[in-house]
Amino acid sequence: MSEAFQLILLAVDSAIRLSVPLLYACLAGLYSERSGVVDIGLEGKMLIGAFAAGAVASLVPNPWLGLLAAVMASGLFALVHGFASISQRGNQIVSGVAINVLASGLTAILGNAWFGQGGRTPQLPGSARFNEITLPFAEALRPVPVVGEIYYEVISGHSVLVYLALAMVPLTWFLLYRTSWGLRLRAVGENPAAVDTAGLSVTRLRYSAVIMAGILCGFGGAYLSIAQSAGFITDMTAGKGFIALAALIFAKWRPLPALGACFLFGLLDAVALRIQGVSFPGIGQVPVQAIQALPYILTVVLLAGFIGKATPPKAVGVPYLKDRS
Amino acid sequence: MPAPAIQMTGIDKRFGAVHANKAVSLTVEKGTVHGLIGENGAGKSTLMSILYGFYAADSGTIAINGKPSLIRNPADAIHSGIGMVHQHFMLVETFTVVENVMLGAEGGVFTAKGAAAVRAKLQALSYAYGMDVNPDAVVSELAVGELQRVEILKALVKGADILILDEPTAVLTPSEVEKLFVLLRRLAGEGKTIIIVTHKLKEIITVTDRVSVMRRGEMVGTVETSNTSPADLAELMVGRRVVLTVEKGPANPQAVVLDVKDLTVRDARGTIRLDHATFQVRAGEIVGIAGVSGNGQSELLETIAGIRKPAGGTVSLNGALLDCGGSDDPTALRAKGLRHVPEDRHRMGLVKPFEAAESAILGCSDEPGFGAGPFLDRDAVLADCVRKMEAFDVRPADPTLRTALFSGGNQQKIVLAREIERDPKLLLIGQPTRGVDIGAIEFIHKRIIGLRDAGKAVLLVSTELDEVLALSDRVLVMCGGKITGERRPEDTNEQDMGLLMAGVSSDAPKVAA
Repeated sequence: MSEAFQLILLAVDSAIRLSVPLLYACLAGLYSERSGVVDIGLEGKMLIGAFAAGAVASLVPNPWLGLLAAVMASGLFALVHGFASISQRGNQIVSGVAINVLASGLTAILGNAWFGQGGRTPQLPGSARFNEITLPFAEALRPVPVVGEIYYEVISGHSVLVYLALAMVPLTWFLLYRTSWGLRLRAVGENPAAVDTAGLSVTRLRYSAVIMAGILCGFGGAYLSIAQSAGFITDMTAGKGFIALAALIFAKWRPLPALGACFLFGLLDAVALRIQGVSFPGIGQVPVQAIQALPYILTVVLLAGFIGKATPPKAVGVPYLKDRS
Repeated sequence: MPAPAIQMTGIDKRFGAVHANKAVSLTVEKGTVHGLIGENGAGKSTLMSILYGFYAADSGTIAINGKPSLIRNPADAIHSGIGMVHQHFMLVETFTVVENVMLGAEGGVFTAKGAAAVRAKLQALSYAYGMDVNPDAVVSELAVGELQRVEILKALVKGADILILDEPTAVLTPSEVEKLFVLLRRLAGEGKTIIIVTHKLKEIITVTDRVSVMRRGEMVGTVETSNTSPADLAELMVGRRVVLTVEKGPANPQAVVLDVKDLTVRDARGTIRLDHATFQVRAGEIVGIAGVSGNGQSELLETIAGIRKPAGGTVSLNGALLDCGGSDDPTALRAKGLRHVPEDRHRMGLVKPFEAAESAILGCSDEPGFGAGPFLDRDAVLADCVRKMEAFDVRPADPTLRTALFSGGNQQKIVLAREIERDPKLLLIGQPTRGVDIGAIEFIHKRIIGLRDAGKAVLLVSTELDEVLALSDRVLVMCGGKITGERRPEDTNEQDMGLLMAGVSSDAPKVAA
């Protein structure tokens, strides 16, 4: 096996791991925004989900209970956002920012109060985490050149949450484009009045989308604290919710491109990790900060116009109000 | 006799302080085309929205085909066989026709089967009624007439027996209107019940069997169409005799006020919008500009008003050359006696969330009467607005009410009052009666003629051919940015104008100005 090929495989493998939380958050945002509700609170929902998963898994060493706690905590935050922006017709950006601030403060304070480790949750044993799964025949196929290597290094050896995230992409596509719920969801994000006059409830549809977003953010959060890491760390989402939003725009609110966009950001992250401390000929060592800034710089550059015209759902961000006469 | 298709009894509805429907009753017989007319704000849209379940009535009952029906939401209405074609189409632009039609009636969890069924129904219906619609076309790419057909098909596919159409002809060309009416008559002949909500009297007479008239939230009467006339209906609508024709004496043109020579305007992309327009407007005459919307009329008005900069040509006011869009911006032009009532009052004429008194001083707030230095004298502003409201019969005469809450006609009167009251030498006026009720139309027309008789010059742009012909002393026709002809209203007819509007050159000699 050539060393370069091995390096590429490792980078891709690492990119997959890093793009999973982005993918969960990005799909969450996709549901919400396709229904017409801006979701800038992906970050906060993931964070509270990560905390809930870490906290519960440290008490009951069962990753599935941790995941359930994450989904419920994140879902609860989603309901708050839904209540503010759908029922109360409030400003969706303000509500989302509030959720981010609340999650950041709440996790730090509760974490410190409950576990006394400076906002961390206790280090989890293997039994309380989603561990890596070795797919069938991975060991046996390992010596097979290229195919076996890819299978062993890249495809096998991830936690169940990684495979679930990948499965969510075609599932989301199917839900959106092949079911009645998806048709209605896309309609309500474009023209809620058309949905209303067709005899459907705008409120119920938007709530269902926002709750879906909450659930997916819960998965993303749980992945961070009990699959990728062994416990919750203060502010461990580190802007992933916002990068996911950028990826959502990059993908023009479509599920398959969302996978590509998230993978691209994940790959950049992986490369940034790998070239830290590496000395480049002629340049020398690039400062860590500059490398870490790469994904964010890419976000800015992409959003500044390299993606062509990204037309958001027409009614996104606008509370639905029956027009009087 | 069978039970009426619709029987609404004692429908009452309030929106805050506004009493939109006052114990309204309406009976519509099965298999008829029923007109519902009334001025803007008379409550006809509210009544239909209640019938369709969009709003809940405060009190009153509805019976469909003799059966008392509780219609709490559009789903109930659709279930009762009621379909509605809204004035602003309720379509999802990014969807195909099939997707739009099946929305809310997908027939199961997955869309595939429902889509096939809807496609089959659509094809059968469009074949049966001669409505040519491609089921897989994306709605954003369809023309307005097609959109309306989609809306009608949407209602029919969902099994509507009762079809409500809200202002269906507002967006259609005359030949499309004709086709629509043939379709409606045919549907009625097959036993469907049609309600048309409109304010166009001519159309009501053409297509309906019976007409119900609403005024200020009340039902003032239902008449057989064969026993009535546009004048009678107008009287019922407004509550007094209305003059439907414009009465004016001969013009007495004086010196040239506006002199436009070879005026050429390009848009941001460099496309020529106005092509060497040359004409004059004299004191004491109304020059009308006719043409299909979007043929350079807006650019012409906006350039003379100082909002746009021309690419070439000259504009002179009372013999003095203007630098339109340069040093002669709207403020400078106002000082020179040029006033402008823009075509789209919502975009350019008013600020809807402002109080009426604030909208009534837009652009004039620097005048000494309204305060000193940077400060506004609120009492003076309010008093000035009350004065304007009385002079122009604006209702309600409340200067603190938000502009958006006035009807279209009253909003237009506020703009007119602002521009006319300052004694202009030249008035530019675009679409003076778009979205304005009959009573107000008469009033506005009288004011414009009054201005002419007072020796002012008026340049009028309207896409309503009847209006241009009725008001103008001379008519210029525009097509593709060019002035294609000039006529005196008494020397022309609709056909002649139609040819000019279509840009078909005519050999008839120009009438001397």
